[in-house]
Amino acid sequence: MRYESLLDACGDTPIVGLPRLSPSPTVRLWAKLEDRNPTGSVKDRAALYMVRAAEADGTLRPGATILEPTSGNTGIALAMVAKLRGYRLVCVMPENVSAERVQMLRMYGAEIIFSPAAGGSNQAVATAKQISAEHPDWVMLFQYGNLANARAHYETTGPELLRDLPTVTHFVAGLGTTGTLMGTGRYLREKNPDIQIIAAEPRYGELVYGLRNIDEGYVPELYDASVLTRRFSVGTRDAVLRTRQLVEVEGLFVGFSTGAVFHAALAVAHEAAKAGRTADVAFLVADGGWKYLSTGAYGGTLADAEEALEGQLWA
Amino acid sequence: MAIEVRIPTILRTYTAGAKTVDGSGDTLADLLTDLDGRHSGLRGRLITQEGALHKFVNVYVNDEDVRFLGSLDAKLNDGDTVTILPAVAGGALGLLAAAAMLGR
Repeated sequence: MRYESLLDACGDTPIVGLPRLSPSPTVRLWAKLEDRNPTGSVKDRAALYMVRAAEADGTLRPGATILEPTSGNTGIALAMVAKLRGYRLVCVMPENVSAERVQMLRMYGAEIIFSPAAGGSNQAVATAKQISAEHPDWVMLFQYGNLANARAHYETTGPELLRDLPTVTHFVAGLGTTGTLMGTGRYLREKNPDIQIIAAEPRYGELVYGLRNIDEGYVPELYDASVLTRRFSVGTRDAVLRTRQLVEVEGLFVGFSTGAVFHAALAVAHEAAKAGRTADVAFLVADGGWKYLSTGAYGGTLADAEEALEGQLWA
Repeated sequence: MAIEVRIPTILRTYTAGAKTVDGSGDTLADLLTDLDGRHSGLRGRLITQEGALHKFVNVYVNDEDVRFLGSLDAKLNDGDTVTILPAVAGGALGLLAAAAMLGR
């Protein structure tokens, strides 16, 4: 496979069968390996589409600065795309994020502004607001409401899946910005009205939810519940258990959010097998496990792993 | 056997600090009415005046979102676990910051 540049190598990822973990020869599980993207996560697709859309509508002009408020996969993907397209990227994040994240972002040339860890997310929001006010010309792509995020999956992830697995009956992915499920789900539903689109969302430790008042909740602008058939909440313990199972049994080394997605995929696959139906259940591997090794949650007891991830946004 | 209901931190003022409470009911609506008898005010935080589930509240029966199971009409059985959570998307910190910057 030959490409003109790294950006052109985004997408067109492999889909692999899980012969050992599939319930039966007629109910099969398939993993779409989004960790095979240029920066190692599904976010490369959204980052590339959001930047191209902002270039097309004139929001991003040569030499512009992009402001991104996370240290997650989107930040890393945007850092690579910004470097290759000639933009400056500034990331705002709490100072207690892992060293790997900071190193990766700096390697790609991103500038980092830390907000004091002690202030928690309230402090991070305050810092972000202040920076935004001081630099009104900086561009925020806001992946939670950016249509190009979902369109990336409507135009690429969905068609790839159907091309490689025309018999797909279920598609399972993680629910964060909702872009992956909205875009891929809409495309697959158009081609096959009977397809099941299933969301798996991480259920974090109490510390994460403790910060939120019910009236200050947030549902991403991209989210349209009518695209989904079912939606599962997956706790830390189940996510860790499935993450380990994938590497132990099938040799797939994935991040914890994929463990949560696989937990839901396995549940619907076993339901289909029990009901005597045939099924091809495809699930999305959002990233590999490399960035999460320092959590220590790949070894030791499940209880230890759960404790190590308590209070962390592991997906 | 009863239905175990997990209460998020923000709503424990209604349960005297309890993380989980027991309730009963054939549907989610019945369960919330039953709970409100002992934990007055709890139901009002979860259901709007129009009688629908609050937009920023997610309720799960055995880890599955009730909005895909009939919402307040979702059927319940003894031994089920019901989890109540505030709506927070993945990467909560990032979206908080982003939403704040964009003034949403």
